[in-house]
Amino acid sequence: MLRLLCVRLLAMIPLLVIVSFLIYSLIALVPGGPEVALAGSNPTPERIQAIREELGLDEPFLIQYWNWLTDVLHGDLGNSFVDDQSVWSAVASGFPVTLSLVVLTLIFAAVAGLALGLAAGLRPGSWVDRLSTVTASAFMALPYFWVGMMLVLIFAIQMRALPAVGYVSFSESPLDWFSHLLLPAVSLATVPTAVVARQTRAAVTSVMQEDYIRTAKAKGLHPRRVAVKHVMKNAAVPVVTAFGVEANRLIGATVVIEQLFALPGVGKLAYFSVFSRDFPMVQGILLITAVLIMLVNLAVDLSYGYFNPKVKAS
Amino acid sequence: MTQSDSVDLRKPVTAPVGDGADLVEHVSRGRATLRRFRANKSAVVGCVLLLLIIIVTAAAPLIAPYGPAQVDISDRLSGPTPEHWLGTDTLGRDTLSRLMHGGRVSLAAAGLAVLIATVIGLPLGLIGGYFGGLVDWLLDRAADVLMSFPAIVLTIAIIAAVGPGLTTAMVSLGIVYAPRMYRVVRGSTLEVRREVYIEASTSIGTPHHMILRRRVLPNILPAALVQLSFLLASALLAEVTISLLGLGALPPTASWGSMLGQAFQEMRSQPSLAVYPGIAIAVATLCFNLVGDGLRDAFGRETRKA
Repeated sequence: MLRLLCVRLLAMIPLLVIVSFLIYSLIALVPGGPEVALAGSNPTPERIQAIREELGLDEPFLIQYWNWLTDVLHGDLGNSFVDDQSVWSAVASGFPVTLSLVVLTLIFAAVAGLALGLAAGLRPGSWVDRLSTVTASAFMALPYFWVGMMLVLIFAIQMRALPAVGYVSFSESPLDWFSHLLLPAVSLATVPTAVVARQTRAAVTSVMQEDYIRTAKAKGLHPRRVAVKHVMKNAAVPVVTAFGVEANRLIGATVVIEQLFALPGVGKLAYFSVFSRDFPMVQGILLITAVLIMLVNLAVDLSYGYFNPKVKAS
Repeated sequence: MTQSDSVDLRKPVTAPVGDGADLVEHVSRGRATLRRFRANKSAVVGCVLLLLIIIVTAAAPLIAPYGPAQVDISDRLSGPTPEHWLGTDTLGRDTLSRLMHGGRVSLAAAGLAVLIATVIGLPLGLIGGYFGGLVDWLLDRAADVLMSFPAIVLTIAIIAAVGPGLTTAMVSLGIVYAPRMYRVVRGSTLEVRREVYIEASTSIGTPHHMILRRRVLPNILPAALVQLSFLLASALLAEVTISLLGLGALPPTASWGSMLGQAFQEMRSQPSLAVYPGIAIAVATLCFNLVGDGLRDAFGRETRKA
């Protein structure tokens, strides 16, 4: 296991080099160069030249990339073009918000998806199954941000039961933390819930046809115990798979949801940086996101071996 | 036998060809697939609804009661009336007309992104899967790189560099989605590559480009087609997301995303404005998914989920 982990981590290095080059190359796509984008309207040539020198843009592109990369490897992602704040500290201050949101979303998705999938998979063809399948299809198709808007409309504007915007940290007040994250997390959870439900249903229906389930039933084990002891154990794999598939999309979705609910997370920071063409910030966030997604994928792959020893061999 | 032979040449089969019975079955493969698709009620409903949406939105300039940017300040934020079936927005623009015109923009944008993804991903997937080796390895690493970012994040990062606009956004999205088409095509090509009939073609000296076009391509098309419909659903959602964020369709252009974005600003004064575009997006997405599911089931064992 440790060997596998090391091999996989080492394999990430070349990928990261290419990823980082791609991220840095984004600057080359800017029409006229980033200095023109930065200098504002009607800049003098002197001002543009001053910015070029300040940013080291007079160097050849590969040298610029190399300088950036060595800084990154020394833990320095650079400073914002907008307010000169370090990229690290900006991302670090938004990270707890985004992490809270994602974790809560995954918990909701796991609970709701497992319940739907189990209910459907234990009685295939029943009305419960059909209801659950229809629910999952609807969840797949409903745009998550629209779900968010409708939830705001119902629970914040009309019922005034929950806050529509803002964030309170967990240490300040766990209850307010939860109430501020409830609507955004529920709207983010729709698609993952549907994915988990579908995967679970498929896994459960196939497990139910196994001989050991027949044996368990034949020896008089209560159906609920069969479900808990034999079926649930196998349901972990589809949930983990769904999370792996969804992690990538979910991180993208936080950009929109944090914007709608005015949550000061990394997603909102990314959006603001894109809008203000704050390239060091955009590059830093992209790089951190890519590393996070690679680590999540690695964790998902490794957890297959844990949940299903049969996979380990391959 | 001559007849089935000639058909078999044009449409090689995925399943190993055993006896004559197999051949006969595969001759009518297209018709059998169509029959299976038509027997799938939800797929047919999805298909019909989708066609309806496409016709109504494509014909928007002809059949919409008002222009998408036709302003009437005296009649702003009206609820549903006989003149404006779905009411009007803050500038007095007719919501129904904007929905029809906006759908045209959103669906065309999604189509453009998926077209680009297919034009890039399909040939590269064929080449990678068929030839293998270094080319395949390089292409696969390139796909890894593009797929290590969330699609939306990478797209808006490209927009940050190039500047906003719907066409830019959709071209970027097409590039970002290319690996998803590539992966599916490469996977099926790898499977087809191992079939005996490919070995047979190679051994009689058929040139590679001919094998790719006449033998491999027809067999990977089902998988590509299924992926196409799912990608369309994702691309539609992505267009809406990007325009909602104000980085795609810019005002006064109506797209389902920009309408939703404006409606969100006005949610307290006119909540119903946010309802209609959302329903339109959800129905269109559902249709793409239903058609995709239907196609996958109809192609049956020939297509395994990638």
